[in-house]
Amino acid sequence: MFIKHITGNLIKLSFMKEKIISIIGKFGKNSGRLMDILIEVQSEFGCVSEEAVTIIASELGISEADVVQTRSFYHFFTEKPLGKYAVYLNNSVVSGFFGMDEVVDEFENQTGIKFGGTSPDGLVSLKFTACIGMSDQEPAALINSVVFTNLNREKVRQIVADMRAGKPVEDMFSDYGDGNNAHPLVKSMVKNNIRKAGPVTLGDYTLGTGLSKAMEKTSDSVIQEVRDSNLRGRGGAGFPTGLKWTFCAREQGDRYVLCNADEGEPGTFKDRVLLTERAHMMFEGMVIAGYAIGAKEGILYLRAEYHYLKEFMAHVLEDMRNKNLLGNNILGKGFNFDIRVQFGAGAYVCGEESALIESSEGKRGEPRNRPPFPVQKGYNNKPTIINNVETFCSVVKIIENGGEWYRKMGTEESSGTKLLSISGDCQNPGVYEVEWGMTINEMLKMVGAENVQAVQVAGPSGFTVPPSQFNRKIAIEDLATGGSMIVIGNHRNIIKDVVYNFMEFFEDESCGSCVTCRSFNMILTKQIKKFIEGRAIKSDIDNIKAWGEIMRKTSRCGLGQTSANPVSSTIDNFRELYENRAKELDYQSDFDIEKSIIESCEAVGREPNIHE
Amino acid sequence: MSETVKFTIDGKEFTAPKGQYIVDAAADNGVYIPVLCHMRDLTPSGSCRICTVKVNGRHMAACTTPVEEDMAIENSSDELLDIRKAIVEMLFVEGNHFCPSCEKSGTCDLQALGYKYQMMVPRFPYAFERRELEASTPKIFLEKNRCIFCKRCVRLIKDDQGRNIFAFKGRGKTLEINMDKKLATHMSEESAMKAMEICPVGAILRKEVGFVEPIGTRKYDNKPIGSDIEINHQ
Amino acid sequence: MSKPIVATASLAGCFGCHMSILDIDDRILQLIELVEFNKSPINDIKTFTKQCDIGIIEGGCCNTENIHVLKDFRKNCKILISLGECAIMGGLPAMRNGIPVKECLEEAYLDGPTVGQNTERIMPNDPELPIILDKVYPLHEIVKIDYYLPGCAPRADLIWNAVVALVTGDEMKLPYELIKFD
Repeated sequence: MFIKHITGNLIKLSFMKEKIISIIGKFGKNSGRLMDILIEVQSEFGCVSEEAVTIIASELGISEADVVQTRSFYHFFTEKPLGKYAVYLNNSVVSGFFGMDEVVDEFENQTGIKFGGTSPDGLVSLKFTACIGMSDQEPAALINSVVFTNLNREKVRQIVADMRAGKPVEDMFSDYGDGNNAHPLVKSMVKNNIRKAGPVTLGDYTLGTGLSKAMEKTSDSVIQEVRDSNLRGRGGAGFPTGLKWTFCAREQGDRYVLCNADEGEPGTFKDRVLLTERAHMMFEGMVIAGYAIGAKEGILYLRAEYHYLKEFMAHVLEDMRNKNLLGNNILGKGFNFDIRVQFGAGAYVCGEESALIESSEGKRGEPRNRPPFPVQKGYNNKPTIINNVETFCSVVKIIENGGEWYRKMGTEESSGTKLLSISGDCQNPGVYEVEWGMTINEMLKMVGAENVQAVQVAGPSGFTVPPSQFNRKIAIEDLATGGSMIVIGNHRNIIKDVVYNFMEFFEDESCGSCVTCRSFNMILTKQIKKFIEGRAIKSDIDNIKAWGEIMRKTSRCGLGQTSANPVSSTIDNFRELYENRAKELDYQSDFDIEKSIIESCEAVGREPNIHE
Repeated sequence: MSETVKFTIDGKEFTAPKGQYIVDAAADNGVYIPVLCHMRDLTPSGSCRICTVKVNGRHMAACTTPVEEDMAIENSSDELLDIRKAIVEMLFVEGNHFCPSCEKSGTCDLQALGYKYQMMVPRFPYAFERRELEASTPKIFLEKNRCIFCKRCVRLIKDDQGRNIFAFKGRGKTLEINMDKKLATHMSEESAMKAMEICPVGAILRKEVGFVEPIGTRKYDNKPIGSDIEINHQ
Repeated sequence: MSKPIVATASLAGCFGCHMSILDIDDRILQLIELVEFNKSPINDIKTFTKQCDIGIIEGGCCNTENIHVLKDFRKNCKILISLGECAIMGGLPAMRNGIPVKECLEEAYLDGPTVGQNTERIMPNDPELPIILDKVYPLHEIVKIDYYLPGCAPRADLIWNAVVALVTGDEMKLPYELIKFD
């Protein structure tokens, strides 16, 4: 993505240097903005080449290895140039459910190249990418940052024909989605699919009401209101928001407000809808937070996959500045607070708050050790709060209507409403705002799902819930979720279509810096493949469960602590699926002699005859 | 004078300055907790996880968790020993560790932990991934096959302007240690030797130096890793 | 009671582990009292003449012949022991793992600095020769292995302790000095 193709193969180094120096200048020659610099270089030149690395390193006064370490961490930065059209097809579970294989086949047939490659004429690159937040309209792909949804063979044929005709990507379609998807600065085919609006995040909203009310109060009483509401973080971890703010407000010096819009958990897309329809509300929530904790600066960390909202976000921020809801002397009360947008570049782990901070500082998105916690030492080592998009939106309503009002909704421990992104085998995939406490059975009825084998609650890092537990509640104290709910029909092969897909995802997305997460995800993925290919034996079942347990106990961040969940929760709840695929043997070799001799026989020119 | 806290390891009571990392506090009290990435006084990396202990019932890395008053630390349960052994085994199958041909053999921390936990064979399948040997700079080899990603070199070895000579490249399964060849070319003798010494395995080697100590007298030939910590306090 | 029967073999190894067996010095006389040897390079018995109790194998599997011998051992021995680094993890021969076989063969027979005159650029391909495998395999990836004795070579005392423990049924002594990977 981020491509603006430059014709001609040779880009003169001097031109490149001049351009890169101007990009670096734009970001104040600050190596803390390396992400932004790399994003612009990638966009300008279609890659961040070794030559570009040399120039960036020398201009910023850092080593080339430092530039490379950031570049090589993110999926959307490439060392080699991509084609004029860079296709990133989502290979997440739901995409797989609804015809990804056919889309892959058609793309490969039409372009004559395989996924992972670039056509010799430099026209097109085909790549896979993890969930792009479109699970309600799969299969979906990004082509040069533009979203294409509901792909099928016919659409792919048309897209490739348009590529050959040299059409700009944005001219390849004219049917825009609903709401702000049709906004002149968005013009996207994405549909909101809002199926159920509730009283909080998707309810009535009047810009500025919450903020004005907040600024009539002291900052302490704003925090108190949030504490009274019992609002807990909507990203999935469920930490009490007000408490987090209290901790941060206690610290000395500059403070920061970060909004986590790195919605990367496969199957989640509710923040996409909020970013599209409630961007003002989200920013207003950030301003309220800034006022409450005494911060002057906020950052919206927006995942690269939502790059199509870039200009729209800038427009909303400008609009708020014009209305004196952002910037200097907000609402005439002498409070200054501004927000910048920090884009990611493709790394699931950056949804982890300390990895998100590292990334915002221009580094690899490796989670930090705790302590210190972000509220003590966060962005630029200053006290920082990081909340989810939905959390900030909720805050606006809480301030507007009071913590009491909010707490009346939901359950004792999980107050308020929750946005669910529901996808998979159901009639009405989309976003639903429901009160916490709804059971899975009620949810399935709501979305029109029958013949359900399991529900994947909270995405790959969550749990595969069997029908016997469908009376459980969607609530932080029971089935906690950041919003991803994938309905798995009876006809699906859970180990192959779900577990294996999830494990490959984790294998790709582990930052790799802690041993257990890096290594166990690779090992478990291989072991799951044994079950799919019929090479597993009974003892493998308990082994992989035990190994997953070690990963959970020893990994540094939430990724490694939860990434064995697809394996362990399916062994717990669907053990027979594993038993049926495992042989009653005490030893089974993976060795295949026929395969093992092909290479050497070809090399020396010999018939692969084995005489034992 | 900093505040002192009381805590227990495996039921035995100890004291340490508040805020000291568990691993150091334990060492100062004669209790060995195995480490690979940790080095005293260096910002903890928390990446090798071999120092995993149980703190008040929760699994934590001893190198990133400061001691606090009344902490109950578990360091030698069968569960923890098995976890540590598993991590050692995992490092052995993940990289390409050919001890018999390695210059660090006998003084290698990873190998020594293999001895300590009596690793006869790893429980995990060998990966045998191809990794490169980077030998193009004048002073050092970077043998990526042996790297265990402890980040000691990343954290500690800089050029005279404070720039990083070593850094990670890639992520997850494509992660590798990377050396800035331009900067490494101008490495000082002192820095090259230091890089080799701090590397817990044989991934960074000073050229023309190797196999200096005869088998039988090397660091871990006769004494298990950690015995210096334990012996000093007996 | 008849003595336990032992067989040994060296696959993709250097015979160093066998040398280490001989390194038990005068205890070899005790060993002969304790066990009877069947197929082994030590006595030059080339084929199994009866079912054995203990098979001791050094070296990994780098070609089809190694696979054949290993499977034969599994069939003919109640207990199989992986002896030494090569048997356990491929050892030095496995340093080629990860590098395509073609590259290795070309280096060995065509392009390497020690290649003499090979003007016709022939790589061995006689049908009588064992076929090289794509990589060197640890023994336990091919057949079930019961015990592992690490070392390059394993210390003679380690081998002695292991055999005695197996034969007598006593617990094996594993002092620190004996477990080494080099």
